[in-house]
Amino acid sequence: MVFASRDRDLLRAKDLVDSRYFDPLDVTDLARAAGFSRAHFSREFRRTFGESPHSYLLTRRMERAAALLRNTDRSVADICFDVGLQSVGSFTTSFTRTYGASPTAYRAAFPEAAEYARIPTCMLRAFGRPQNRTFREDTDPAHL
Amino acid sequence: MIQIGSAQLWVHDQDEALEFYTKRVGMEIRSDVTVPELGNFRWLTVGAPGYDDVAVTLMAIPGPPVMDDQTAKEVRALMAKGFAGTIFLVTDDCRAAYDEMRGRGVEFTEAPEERPYGIDCGFRDPSGNSLRLTEPREITSA
Repeated sequence: MVFASRDRDLLRAKDLVDSRYFDPLDVTDLARAAGFSRAHFSREFRRTFGESPHSYLLTRRMERAAALLRNTDRSVADICFDVGLQSVGSFTTSFTRTYGASPTAYRAAFPEAAEYARIPTCMLRAFGRPQNRTFREDTDPAHL
Repeated sequence: MIQIGSAQLWVHDQDEALEFYTKRVGMEIRSDVTVPELGNFRWLTVGAPGYDDVAVTLMAIPGPPVMDDQTAKEVRALMAKGFAGTIFLVTDDCRAAYDEMRGRGVEFTEAPEERPYGIDCGFRDPSGNSLRLTEPREITSA
């Protein structure tokens, strides 16, 4: 029963990572959410989930960053901040270590986001209409 | 089988809306693509973390020739009056979500209240769109 309660507290921290990874969270915030001291929290988290809370938070951010590199045309710096990281240099290092390619190289390996963004046909039709409105139409008021 | 992919919401300013729905409400960016060939049309969608199949499209009000000036004006008028549509969100803890979102600067129009169907509250986005946040009550047999 005690273990179930402990696991539930740890799960609260894990859920916080999944739902708020884009906030400037760190392991201290996660420990606080679970109600543990920082050192005890890291040990218990690893014992329960098989990886450190830092690793879980970072890989969640990397996974989201990879999705944003594939699905958006936002800049690498914007994506770094979008996933809750503050340093583009650290982000690039972590991303390269995780995916074996820099964020820019990773993005280049996929088709451009605009090519497979699910922009509905109705939008393409509406926004694809020529905006040039002077076709030398008949301007005789009688024909309008 | 039919599923909901995304639903569209008119917004006055996509950057402002993006900041609101991600930083304040807690959603994540799903798609953000600007297409120069379509007059810099920006396809921008957000969704709740962990629910990848459903998104909200944050759509800027276009100008001519997509939408004529009069229609755009009418859409803005409807938004200003709060009648341009509502998004109904659900949560497993309405009061906690209310406190958290208020802490992040969301202005609520209604505080959490007990309703026959659960606990809910309401707020608006920067464009005036209405959002409800509900903790549904579990229906149990009598």
